[in-house]
Amino acid sequence: MASVAQTAPVDSAALRVANAAFWLVTRSFSIVALAVAWELLARSGMFTPFQLPALSNVGLRIWSDVTSGEFAINAGLTLYRAMTGFFICAVLGVLIGMAMSRNAIAHWFFDPLVSVGFPMPKTAFIPVVILWLGVYDVSKITIIVIDAIFPVITATVIAIQGVERELVWSARNMGANNREVLTQIVLPAALPQIMTGLQVALPLCLIVAVVAEMLMGGYGLGGAMMTASRFANSTGVFAGIVEIAIVGYILVKAMSLIRRRLLIWHQEAHDPSTA
Amino acid sequence: MSSVAAAPVERTALQSWAENAWRTFHRYSPLLLLAIAWELAARLELVSTTALPPLSDVIASWVALLRDGDLQANAGASLFRVGAGLGLAIGIGAALGIAMAWWKPVNVLLAPLVEIFYPLPKSALIPVTVIWLGFGDASKILLIFLGCMLPVTIGAYNGARSSDQMLLWSARSMGAGRLRVLRDVVLPSAMPELLSGIRIALALSFILLVSAELIVARKGFGYLIGFLGANGSYDAMYAVVLTVAFLGFAADRLYLLIARRALIWRA
Repeated sequence: MASVAQTAPVDSAALRVANAAFWLVTRSFSIVALAVAWELLARSGMFTPFQLPALSNVGLRIWSDVTSGEFAINAGLTLYRAMTGFFICAVLGVLIGMAMSRNAIAHWFFDPLVSVGFPMPKTAFIPVVILWLGVYDVSKITIIVIDAIFPVITATVIAIQGVERELVWSARNMGANNREVLTQIVLPAALPQIMTGLQVALPLCLIVAVVAEMLMGGYGLGGAMMTASRFANSTGVFAGIVEIAIVGYILVKAMSLIRRRLLIWHQEAHDPSTA
Repeated sequence: MSSVAAAPVERTALQSWAENAWRTFHRYSPLLLLAIAWELAARLELVSTTALPPLSDVIASWVALLRDGDLQANAGASLFRVGAGLGLAIGIGAALGIAMAWWKPVNVLLAPLVEIFYPLPKSALIPVTVIWLGFGDASKILLIFLGCMLPVTIGAYNGARSSDQMLLWSARSMGAGRLRVLRDVVLPSAMPELLSGIRIALALSFILLVSAELIVARKGFGYLIGFLGANGSYDAMYAVVLTVAFLGFAADRLYLLIARRALIWRA
């Protein structure tokens, strides 16, 4: 027993490094394999370069997009639209959700709208939004908000309903007023679920931003892909996918990092299984 | 005695029916108010009737579309695409998710791929599916399949992973083979999360369908919306948009009903 305890610190450091290296290799194995398979398939002549351009050519195209500044402009515009839409969804969605759980009239008015509106495919409304607001940023951001606000509202309502009564009662007992109960008890206790709603909304914002750009044209990652597709430039189309995938990956990872930071006091932050 | 007992029962049944009807009406009355506001705003020309044709005109052109058969033909095409894509996504996605939870090597191989492809906005695949499979049904089915598979996979994986260790051990100790355990313990306990993954996929499938059809198609709801909009028949365009929205909503409600039935054993 004692010897194990003595040798453990030395071993565990080395072991941890070895373990991390092992996992890095195994985790990247299938991604590398996929990349190699793509390159080999494209070079084998089974597909025309139009159907499947070689990964190396797609990489070159991305590199030239990056160096020419095209990528920065397109990604910047897409991110600007998606994130503006996301922040409007976050603020408005949480406000509506709070109003619904505190006010009977707000609940009466919004509840059927949310329960009918949530499952609808809102991208069908894009032509209507174009009709109203044109094809520029305002209409793109509007359709993003229409699509992504519902998960935030429902998550907020459910989260506030789920706050433990005992917490609220104790706070009241200790003399907290309404505002203090809301800001110091209800919102923090509801935060994990609200964050889950936001984590659903964020990828939706990006999906809709890309669709809106494809339909309305102009700059942006989706618009650039559509342009490439119209010119039968499939290298450009595949480069667009990889670029959008990278932006999406970074956004989703950043969001779960922010979640960890915000919920550092919460049980789940110390639970290794929620990595 | 019996008539005395029967009378109140009958009355309360009627009463509870009326109560339910009133509650439903009260619950959905905001939608009715919005519909009336729409009609009034358009009739009184508070807004341009091009941008917002009166609701009654929209209903009239919906009936006209139905009479011409345009709506049914395009609805058939769209529903076929959703059904085929979603069916493939559910079958293959669930199998992959359970395999990932059940065999470690599968997990090691697939988890990194799921992790990098899950955040990919699936709408980015629309031009590629067109490059591969053209403008017809196949490209939409592939898109819906690719877009809807991962939520199902993740639902099945999380569900199968969370099956109660006690139940697994008990089943094993009572002599169940690996396949038997998979069928009788892992699958049922994966059900709730699998079903909620499928619900996400269902919603996504309609979004992807309409987007893909709006961008490139020769039939289907999205095509019809784009066609009518380009022709300036906005009341008909509104009619189709509302039809798609309603179908998405109805599909979700129907699914919830079925899912609740399927989980009835969980009390």
